[in-house]
Amino acid sequence: MIRQLLIAAALLLAVGGPPAHAVEPSERLADPALEARARNLSKELRCLVCQNQSIDDSNADLAHDLRVLLRQRLVAGDTDQQVLDYLAARYGVFVLLDPPFEPVTYLLWLAPPALVLLAGGVLVSRSRRRRPDPALPVLTEEERARAATLLSESG
Amino acid sequence: MLVEIGHFALVLALIVALVQGTVPLVGASLRSRPLMDLAQSAALLQFGLVALAFATFMHAHIVSDFSVRNVFENSNTAKPMLYKVTGVWGSHEGSMMLWVLMLTLFGALVAALGRTLPATLRARTLAIQGLLGFGTLAFIIGTSNPFDRLIPAPIDGRDLNPLLQDPGLAFHPPFLYFGYVGFSITYSFAIAALIEGRIGAQWARWVRPWALTAWCGLTIGIAMGSWWAYYVLGWGGWWYWDPVENASFMPWLLGTALLHSAAVVEKRETLQRWTVLLAILTFGMSLIGTFLVRSGVLTSVHSFAVDPTRGVFILALIALVIGGGLILYAFRAPGLETGNPFAPVSREGAVVLNNLLLCAGMATVFLGTFYPLFAEIWSGVKLSVGPQYFDATFVPILAPGVAAMVIGPVLAWRRGSVTAALRRLLPAIIGALLAPLIIFALNHDAPAAALAGVALAAWAMLGVLTDLGDRSGLAKVPLSVAWRRFRHLPRGIWGYALAHFGVGVLIAGIVVSTAWRSERIETLRPGDTVEIAGQTLRLIGVTEADIANYHAQRAQIVVERPGAEPQMLYPERRWYPVARSQTTNTAIATNGFGDLYLALGDPDGNGGWVLRAYYNPLVPWIWFGAILAALGGLVSLTDRRSRMRSPTRSPSSAIVPAGSADN
Repeated sequence: MIRQLLIAAALLLAVGGPPAHAVEPSERLADPALEARARNLSKELRCLVCQNQSIDDSNADLAHDLRVLLRQRLVAGDTDQQVLDYLAARYGVFVLLDPPFEPVTYLLWLAPPALVLLAGGVLVSRSRRRRPDPALPVLTEEERARAATLLSESG
Repeated sequence: MLVEIGHFALVLALIVALVQGTVPLVGASLRSRPLMDLAQSAALLQFGLVALAFATFMHAHIVSDFSVRNVFENSNTAKPMLYKVTGVWGSHEGSMMLWVLMLTLFGALVAALGRTLPATLRARTLAIQGLLGFGTLAFIIGTSNPFDRLIPAPIDGRDLNPLLQDPGLAFHPPFLYFGYVGFSITYSFAIAALIEGRIGAQWARWVRPWALTAWCGLTIGIAMGSWWAYYVLGWGGWWYWDPVENASFMPWLLGTALLHSAAVVEKRETLQRWTVLLAILTFGMSLIGTFLVRSGVLTSVHSFAVDPTRGVFILALIALVIGGGLILYAFRAPGLETGNPFAPVSREGAVVLNNLLLCAGMATVFLGTFYPLFAEIWSGVKLSVGPQYFDATFVPILAPGVAAMVIGPVLAWRRGSVTAALRRLLPAIIGALLAPLIIFALNHDAPAAALAGVALAAWAMLGVLTDLGDRSGLAKVPLSVAWRRFRHLPRGIWGYALAHFGVGVLIAGIVVSTAWRSERIETLRPGDTVEIAGQTLRLIGVTEADIANYHAQRAQIVVERPGAEPQMLYPERRWYPVARSQTTNTAIATNGFGDLYLALGDPDGNGGWVLRAYYNPLVPWIWFGAILAALGGLVSLTDRRSRMRSPTRSPSSAIVPAGSADN
């Protein structure tokens, strides 16, 4: 069974997961502001039994349960962060699609900017070392205009 | 019988690949013409044998020969003929066959077209291509044999995964593979150049067209996959930063960097070493893209154990190709020619910036894709890295690249001036500032990020138009002269213009569809209506029917727009009994500027049905942009300068197209 699932996932090549439907009308909260918060939060929470979907995108039973649960927490007055903390404590950080900044993810979050800075630094130092041919003169505007006239005359 | 012939041809191809991968290398070092020339016949023969094997495999699928295990596992007599054919590459074994077919096809093309190449370079390139073929064929025959028999033959097969029974996905793998495998040629050329110890003008003239060809295939393949995801998955998304998507995106990013730096090598004879390195890494990413996805390692660490032989073989192959290439690079690259110098602000410098950002972006995608795997191995923590991470890291890295993408082509080679470039781009600057202001005036709630995105898209599109106008001498010469110049701009310029304009269109589509999409999810009974984006949707009813190999539930919905004829849409759900799975078939009404997107959900048990309706403004532009970019690549390929067989030409004679030099 797992093998078939894997093969199916591999076959999809560009996208994982079966077609799914999320957020049933019956789950929705009456308060539109609260419901909007619930929708945003559910995009940040992973459906734990799916390939790679948020609970907002999944029609798995577990995703449904989590959507209901997070709405209960919101109605009970939790802040967004409290809801996320509550679910992470219950299901592990695996449930958070937006990985929190903590020791295990330092490398994850810091590497991209570090990489850009590092590569940029290497380039700048290299271009300092390897100046273009100084014999190549930079023309002033006046010289450039003269060159243009000369060129158009000869052409 | 045919199946045995195919199997035999495959084994024979393996032997030919081994000969192709060794003898010409010896011949090149001994300067022995006959041994070197063996490479061409071997490449053609290897392709012929693989093509024969592929044809017999396809035949087994078409006639539903269930004595072949692969056909039994992936086909069914009731499956429509189109999907019997495309089902050939729907399985692991079949897709490996498609992979090796393309690999040998590219080898055969080099053998057939490469008469003007220096003999040693050609022999070595074909030998490396032969070794790649040997590795893949050994993998197929050893661990993924498509010709495995099943005796006694079952009466009927298990059917193909219904998600794959779709025209969008049926043709997505061939394009994707064409791209992945196309980069094998640039890899082989890079390794051959390292063995030769020099990079000649011929080398550069060959690498760019192949990189461009592969890139076009990959672009179309990724766009098709994303389009398929959009209309099949049923909630209107088109990119999920899923590991499987990222696997195809990484070689695309490096391939984009490669085709730009290869153009610089060709025109200015500089950045040679870097381009060789990029060629190695791009194909490395293609391999990681195909094989790691196939091994299942990305889904979970544990799944790697499902088939350890395949996994170990794959890792060894990747380690050999990338590691071997890099080791050779470390030893030989210092001996390669150093390029012509250039100032940081120059067209070459712009390409370096492009390469830097594309590579950093690729590294970020790589990190985000593989980090959960590494974190679990190192610390035992199971992490998720979702779209939020990529939005926060990848987008800020690439956005400046898009801004610079407009300026680069306007800079002079060797030494340019940003102020002069910006002066020439003044109309585009004005447009890029006006566009978000207009949007803001119409919609005060517009998010700042969306306004910035609109400015970027306008800048990219208008920048190209301004540059084209400038190159034709618009506003400087009489209109008729400008028009003539415009029409006679070199194909290379047209290619760049189409591709860069396409990027602007793509960004516009992404930004607008993300920021201004609307959604209604309601339970409707027949006769009920729901409003979305100024349109009224009325459910007429849901009908059920058995068609081919599935059972369909089909909703009939009337769309009423003020001042227009009502339109019928039929969102559908399908149940495939043999494969025991459910698919959604969305109904999409598009006018090129926005999609009305309907997906049918579950019945509520009381005669009502859940309907998901979305209005996605400008979403088609995402694919228009991708198509324009690929088209730009194709137009570039038809440029006289790209023709591989064109007789000798000094690489510096075609540098500056008319009107592009500002000094």
